[in-house]
Amino acid sequence: MGLRDLSATEQIAELAAGRVSSLELVDAHLDAIARDDVEAFLAVDAEGARARAREIDALPERPPLGGIPLGVKDALSTRDIVTTSGSKMLEGFRPLYTATCVARLEQAGAVVVGKTNMDEFAMGSSTENSAYKNTLNPWDHDRVPGGSSGGSAAAVSAREVPWSLGSDTGGSIRQPAALCGIVGMKPTYGAVSRYGLIAFASSLDQVGPFARTVADAALLLKHMVGHDPMDSTSLEWPAPIDVPMATDLAGLRIGVVEELMGEGIDPGVKAAVEASLGKAEALGATIIPVNLPTALSGLATYYVLAPAECSANLSRFDGIRYGPSAEADNLLDQYEVTRGRLFGPEVKRRIMLGTFALASGYYDQYYGRAQRVRTLIVREFAQAFEGVDVLASPTSPTVAFPIGDRTADPYAMYLADVCTIPASLAGLPAISIPCGLSDGLPVGLQLAGPAFSENRLLDAAHALEQAIAFDTRPPGLAT
Amino acid sequence: MSDLEPVIGVEIHVQLSTRTKMFCGCAPSFGDAPNTHTCPVCLAHPGVLPVVNGEAVRRALIIGLALGCEIAPRSIFHRKNYFYPDLPKAYQISQFDIPICGRGEFTAIREDGSELTVGITRAHLEEDAAKLTHGGGRRAGADGSVVDFNRGGTPLVEIVTEPDLRSAADTATFLRQLRQTLLFLGVSDCSMEEGSMRADANVSVRPVGSQTLGVKTELKNMNSFRFLERGVEAEIARQREIIASGGHVQQETVHYEPDTGHITSLRSKEESHDYRYFPEPDLVPVAPDPAWVEQLRTEQPELPIPLRRRLVDEMGLTQEDAEVITGSPELVAYFMEAAGLADPKSCANWIRGELRAQLRETGQEPWESNVTPAHVAALVGLLAEGTVSVPAAKEVLAGVIETGDDPATVIEARGLGQMDAGDLSAIIAEIVNANPDQAQQLRDGKDKVMGFFVGQAMKRTGGRAEPQAVQALVRAAVLGE
Repeated sequence: MGLRDLSATEQIAELAAGRVSSLELVDAHLDAIARDDVEAFLAVDAEGARARAREIDALPERPPLGGIPLGVKDALSTRDIVTTSGSKMLEGFRPLYTATCVARLEQAGAVVVGKTNMDEFAMGSSTENSAYKNTLNPWDHDRVPGGSSGGSAAAVSAREVPWSLGSDTGGSIRQPAALCGIVGMKPTYGAVSRYGLIAFASSLDQVGPFARTVADAALLLKHMVGHDPMDSTSLEWPAPIDVPMATDLAGLRIGVVEELMGEGIDPGVKAAVEASLGKAEALGATIIPVNLPTALSGLATYYVLAPAECSANLSRFDGIRYGPSAEADNLLDQYEVTRGRLFGPEVKRRIMLGTFALASGYYDQYYGRAQRVRTLIVREFAQAFEGVDVLASPTSPTVAFPIGDRTADPYAMYLADVCTIPASLAGLPAISIPCGLSDGLPVGLQLAGPAFSENRLLDAAHALEQAIAFDTRPPGLAT
Repeated sequence: MSDLEPVIGVEIHVQLSTRTKMFCGCAPSFGDAPNTHTCPVCLAHPGVLPVVNGEAVRRALIIGLALGCEIAPRSIFHRKNYFYPDLPKAYQISQFDIPICGRGEFTAIREDGSELTVGITRAHLEEDAAKLTHGGGRRAGADGSVVDFNRGGTPLVEIVTEPDLRSAADTATFLRQLRQTLLFLGVSDCSMEEGSMRADANVSVRPVGSQTLGVKTELKNMNSFRFLERGVEAEIARQREIIASGGHVQQETVHYEPDTGHITSLRSKEESHDYRYFPEPDLVPVAPDPAWVEQLRTEQPELPIPLRRRLVDEMGLTQEDAEVITGSPELVAYFMEAAGLADPKSCANWIRGELRAQLRETGQEPWESNVTPAHVAALVGLLAEGTVSVPAAKEVLAGVIETGDDPATVIEARGLGQMDAGDLSAIIAEIVNANPDQAQQLRDGKDKVMGFFVGQAMKRTGGRAEPQAVQALVRAAVLGE
């Protein structure tokens, strides 16, 4: 086992014991990133990272996160480090400021080593919509890592970083975590500041951690949550995030969402999830079947609301103030040529969908109706949580699919998020942990809880993680 | 076609003079070097978020309370989407179906003292666009357009009225007095020239007695009340002509050319945008604490319209006096202080008349000058006692403006006190004796010649003589009256 096989918590312990320096840790990971076998990174800041590691090594006291490396999704603004959100629209763009969540982690001793690949503007479920390259699934290089935060998930799985940041709008943290066999968490909407997160769908976007253990994910989240004066939708966090210690699930009521265990779920995925629920029962949990009848309408609801918001959010990209720009003779051409050339097909598809959904005469029928369904979903979850503490389901209906398999069929791609979207629409925290293999590929178990229930969710996930004892190391990974 | 009546409603954009912009920490500015008051937020860089300026909310509430608006317990922001280089996000954050201030009304007073009540539809918060200069601006040789984002994101309150106005003159009266009220509230500079107050008028005509509205045109962005009044007048005339000749008014945006007096069409509403309004997900609702709203209500200053009524009804001022005195909160404060010490009507006369006339040279306002309200009151008192004549008082005032000394000191120093009656009789007798022809004319009933004697007396006395006393003495000397 090398340094890179240690969890973040273990790496911090090594640093604290003085057995390794931050610079050595950062260098070890930078070596792997230099090879980047899974094409996880879009930009690497080796010099900045080394300089920061040296600074931290020179401090009289180590900061809480010790000085270990962090991968950051390219949707998050990092001052002076090229930030593209996976789009040609921002090729070469160096932001003037750093996202609040990244700044908080840097303050706590995280060392940003680079920016990870993603679907363009976070729109996609395979990272194939990146304008730059495909990221490969560390378990099988012919398969996708999931998306949109595929680079962050693959980088953690391939031990290029111990942990990383992603953003989740309809499943963009949980689904790639599931497909790469690691832990990914989307916290309660408002838990983490969105300031500096390049917006896809503002009412759904949320930043969260990727890690190889639940405890690591908790530790990273702990240092991000809380109100940010730059984000009005960020929340005062009621109690600190605890690093989970639970070893059993005594008294925990786990609701199994029946709608997400039926048709459309791969048998192998279902089997792995059921097996892990059996382990939960053995740990003292009660398993209760639960119905969320509107949950399956989540997908349609999401594909009205998210494109509607994105159609406005992406309007600022006009090539006038920053980013590349097309030469044009007049204003209309300037807009059309710049946006026509620099946005990829999926982004254009969603902008058009959203523009249509908001158009005068269609607003009530699409956006208005979708908002009402969203309200119903929120209520359904609230009712469900009267009887259970957490809800369980597969994170993704399938394991990682082959690269190119779904690119021709947008709807098939959209189905990848059917299990994750309902919690997104309700603004609820949800975590994906690896729960087994199907055909040699990882399966994710999703646990969702009421708003602000992060600590209980993390405890439950941790206890189950110990019982499942999944080996997160992809077979054949170079050391 | 005298059987057509105009129907007019206005939309007023008021820039709030807050320290920072509507959604970021930049200072709004006018006239500074371009693009020096900007940040990632107001330039719409990727990943930024708006945060509502609390002071702008406070000022919007103050405006709403002054206009008698219903205050929404929970109002929300919407995105108004359109592409234009002056709008970096390509959407304006505005308010749509739940504005912070709902229905209200505002009563202005016409010159003849009658009331002009206009319904307020709403007053909502939004952000201003950046400033576009076409034709290259400062970039020499360029024929493109340049953008200055200094103004972009400045807080605006948009006030929308009901179509309650029936003439161009009323429209101007309403806007002038609304502006005056906003100035009293201290929420905005309300400068039409600098664009911190902008008004658009919706104009239509309809047969008298009709309850339905005619097709309206929108008269855009007039930069003075005078032009706005003329523009509305011209647009009413244009619409009357169209209808008189059997045509139909097109719904469109029009512009008034002050130089030619012509109305030109800017764009047809047929090409109007679909703004695709939807609730702004980056902001939480504005839900002002009711106790705070009540506090703002009680803290409201006395507003010019009720104040005008009080000045006329209780202090004996004319409508015209009252209009001038309520021209600015500073002038009101100045007048009130003087009027507390001496006869209010006389104080008003001197402040709005002689004082302002004499200060015109230096361009000072009364409250900026050496003349304190107490000086005005003292001067009015000295006049009433007969210590100085009116012409002498004007000189005293000039002296106070110059030195800042109190009037009594100026009178003493310059010998401007009213003349002893005996001394004046002697001077008059000398003048009458020296001008027998004029005396004869007076005896012949040519009263006009009295002006000559008064002039002579003023010359001899250095203006210290009271004209009425001079006249009486001349009559006594010549006519034996």
